[in-house]
Formats: sequence, structure tokens, C-alpha cells
Amino acid sequence: MSDPGKLNTSSSELDLDRPNIEDYLPSGASIHEPHGQLRLRDLLDISPTLTEAAGAIIDDSFTRCFKSNPPEPWNWNVYLFPLWCCGVVVRYGILFPVRVIVLTIGWIIFLSAYIPVHVLLKGHDKLRKKIERYLVELICSFFVASWTGVVKYHGPRPSMRPKQVFVSNHTSMIDFIVLEQMTPFAVIMQKHPGWVGLLQSTILDSLGCIWFNRSEAKDRETVAKKLRDHVQGSDNNPLLIFPEGTCVNNHYTVMFKKGAFELGCTVCPIAVKYNKIFVDAFWNSRKQSFTMHLLQLMTSWAVVCDVWYLEPQTLKHGETAIEFAERVRDIISVRAGLKKVPWDGYLKYSRPSPKHRELKQQSFAETILRRLEER
Amino acid sequence: MGNSSSMLTQYDIEEVQGHCNHAFSQQEIVSLYQRFCQLDRSSGGFISADEFLSVPEFAVNPLAQRLLRTVDGLNFKEFVAFLSAFSPRATLQQKIEFIFKLYDSGGKGSVSYKDILDVLRDLTGHFISEEQREQVLKQVLEEAGYRKDSSLVFADFVKILGNPGLKMEVEVPVD
Repeated sequence: MSDPGKLNTSSSELDLDRPNIEDYLPSGASIHEPHGQLRLRDLLDISPTLTEAAGAIIDDSFTRCFKSNPPEPWNWNVYLFPLWCCGVVVRYGILFPVRVIVLTIGWIIFLSAYIPVHVLLKGHDKLRKKIERYLVELICSFFVASWTGVVKYHGPRPSMRPKQVFVSNHTSMIDFIVLEQMTPFAVIMQKHPGWVGLLQSTILDSLGCIWFNRSEAKDRETVAKKLRDHVQGSDNNPLLIFPEGTCVNNHYTVMFKKGAFELGCTVCPIAVKYNKIFVDAFWNSRKQSFTMHLLQLMTSWAVVCDVWYLEPQTLKHGETAIEFAERVRDIISVRAGLKKVPWDGYLKYSRPSPKHRELKQQSFAETILRRLEER
Repeated sequence: MGNSSSMLTQYDIEEVQGHCNHAFSQQEIVSLYQRFCQLDRSSGGFISADEFLSVPEFAVNPLAQRLLRTVDGLNFKEFVAFLSAFSPRATLQQKIEFIFKLYDSGGKGSVSYKDILDVLRDLTGHFISEEQREQVLKQVLEEAGYRKDSSLVFADFVKILGNPGLKMEVEVPVD
């Protein structure tokens, strides 16, 4: 089998992250175990396997996770259309310039305070960090204001304690901004190119953020170590992790990676649910750059979302890290009304490992061998 | 951004429907078109093998590579015709024909011992040795009245698979 350039079969390292998806996948053939003497028909009848393949071609749960669902248009009427046109004029002509101005003012205030503080207070780390945290919260509030963010926070605000991590479902990079507005999290994120990358390496670095590179296999160990070091430190900002590893469209959750759940500390789940009434907050990174995504948000009426800070969880006796991850994913999915799918988000970038196909092959092979013995 | 790059006209839908022998309703064809556009990310008018394999549920199927030989590079009309064997409206004959064509890798109109062995290898992988596979196949062929070197034609497939029929249906989700 030849693998064309872009997608590679995932290495066995990444396999360790995933529980057995055979437990989740629908499999018509295994529901009733055929018995009796093996006949030619049993070998020729490949219809169950073909049905599964055709089913996957027509509709599959993985692709559904990344489908953008823009809000329904309402401008189909004679009187609704002019109203909608007025709306467009207001949004693009009035709201957008105002928001750009607000954001620019915010950046000016931020930079004129941040740069002096960063440079002058080099020796007084504690004070400097305190002011920098406050400033980052401030600029995030400006960002949220620039999309007229209506964010409702439920539950107790996170506190700064060592030996705890926060996990949340992931819809867009704005998740980070929405959450950062309230609490100065240190986040672990994919390193991006462009202006986002610049922000990452300068400002976000001072918060204690950790960067990784999805495409580097060896990266995992270094990152895992950085995570462990960060959680142990008492003065570090609380760590925020998005265990899905990729942006999902806020209707589903994909499998959580177990990295966040084997650090030996309390895990505090956060659930974020966006209301699509004005705009779809899902960042479809295949379709849009982050800049276009932000512009789309800034030309809509509002971004409405709910954030729930849920009860902290610890590893139960006898529970594996993967089971712990699934349990927390369950808690978050139930709270935010999301459906769970048994797929690893990284399948966006790589092919499934041959292990899954082999399990099917093994099951069929065993059926044949067993029935041979029944003659 | 909408989920289909261009809308199908009524004429297009009827043409596709005719081509697949009315295996799908017009609404199902619209749904299939949305799906086709979703999978055809490069907007080339056809779905490449790479784009098919990006569906993990398809990529883990043991017969994926074999199916790709037929389905790779099809345009929408041919795509629907390909899937028509899985419609509940398809006849048993059409379903058996689909399976026959999948076995008949050379397109020669008959299925040899080697062809069946190839498919069996796809389905069982390395969990049965090659000798065991050959032995099993020879055994069941002889029991059914065929010799190892005889080729099966379509009528044979109808005889073997026709009773008591095949269950090979997929539902197209319609909004």
C-alpha cells in the first residue's frame, strides 16, 4: 500500500494514547456469530464488510466533527431581505470599525504598559508577573469586547494552587481568550506561524505557556516533562490543556489524549458551549486562517457562549489514565450537550494505524478457523 | 460558507437518477452531493484515493484498497452509480453483480481461484497462513462441486449467493 506524501500512518507511539476503538465501532458482522460447517458461500459473501465500507463513504462520525454549521439564513422574504441588508450595513459599516478602534485602543494600552513593565521590573519577578497577568487578562477582555462576546461563567472561579490542571473542550483558539479573560492560565498549544506565533513567543511565553509541534514525534517526551515541571511549581499559573488536540465543531467531542491525566494531580474540567445564533464560533482550520476567522467574528452581531467550571476530579483507585480521560470527557460532554465520538482528533493529520484493520481481520480469521474445526 | 460548492439543478438530479437506475430518491441524491462535496476537498470534481482514506472508518476497512481501485477518481454521477448497489431499492442481481466485479480484478468476466484467494487474504491478513487459506478454499470449493482450477462465472455467483439472499444496504441520511 503506497501512502502519498501528505498523510502518514501514525507511529505506534501515538497508539498508546488511544483506547480500543473496536469497543465503540459499529460492526454488523460481529453481532451474530455464524455457526455450522464452513461453506463456499461464507467465504464469498463479503457483504457485511462492503456494507461497512459504503456506510463510511456515505456518512461517518469523524467528518461530522469538523463540519462547519453556519447559522440558518433568515433573509428569504420580501421584508426580511431589506432588514437583513440593513443588518449587513450596520455590522460592516458601523460595528466593525468601532470594534477595530476598540481593539486598537486596547493594544495600545496593553503594549504601553506591558513593555515598560517587562523591561524595567526584570528584577522584581513576583510583582512583574502579577502585573503581566493582569495585563493579559485586560487584552483578552478587549478581544472579547471586539466581538461583543456575551460570556456567561458558571461555577467557582479557578484558584491558583499547585498540582492541578484544567482541561476543556476545544472549538477555536478563541476558547483560550474567553477563558483567559477570567483567569491567567498558562496554556499548552500548537506553535503557529505568522502573527499568532509572534504573540506566542513573546507575551504568552511570560505566562509560562508551553509549545509543542504536532508533526514532531520526539516532541512528546520533552513536552510531557515540561508539563510535569510546570504543575509541580507553586508560583506557576494554572495550566490549561485542550486534550482533544484539535478544534472540533462544538457539537461533538473527540477522544481526549491521556497526557493531561497522568500528571498525578487534580483535573478540573471546563465545558465551553457556543450558541450559534449569530455566528458559528468553530474555527475550521482547513478552510480559514485565524485572521479570517477573527474577522468573521468581528463582523457578526455577537459571540454568545457558556463556560462551566466543573467539579475537580482525581484518578480513582484502579482507574487507568485513559479511563480517567474518558470519564472527564463524559462529564464535559454531558454538561455542554456534546456527543462523544470514538476517534482521535489527530486522525485529521494522519491515517489510522493498521492495528484497527488487523483486529477485524483477526476476528474473521478466527471465525473461519473455528468453523473448520466444527466439521 | 455553505456546504456545497455549487447547487444541483433539477436537470442534473434527474440525469444522475437515470444513470443509477432510480436507485436513489431525489432527496437522497442531494444529500449524496453534499457528502461528495464534503469529501472532495480539493474541489477537483472527483474524490481522490487520499480523500477517501481520510475517512478513518473507511481506512480501517480490510477491503478499502480493493474498493479504491473502482471508486478512485469517479465523478459524482459515477459515484452515485457505484453506491447504487447499496440502496434498498437495488435488486439482488445488482448486489451480486457488485460483489462479482469486486472479485473479478482483471475484468475478464470470470473469477478464478486466485481471485478468491486474494480477497480472502485481504479479509484475514496474517492471522491465517497462506497454506491454510489455500487449503480451506480448496476444501469448500470441492464441497460445492467446483475444482480448484475452475473459474466461476456470474451465474455461479448467483447460485451460491442467491439463496437466501444478501443483506447489503446503507441508508442515506436526508435532512
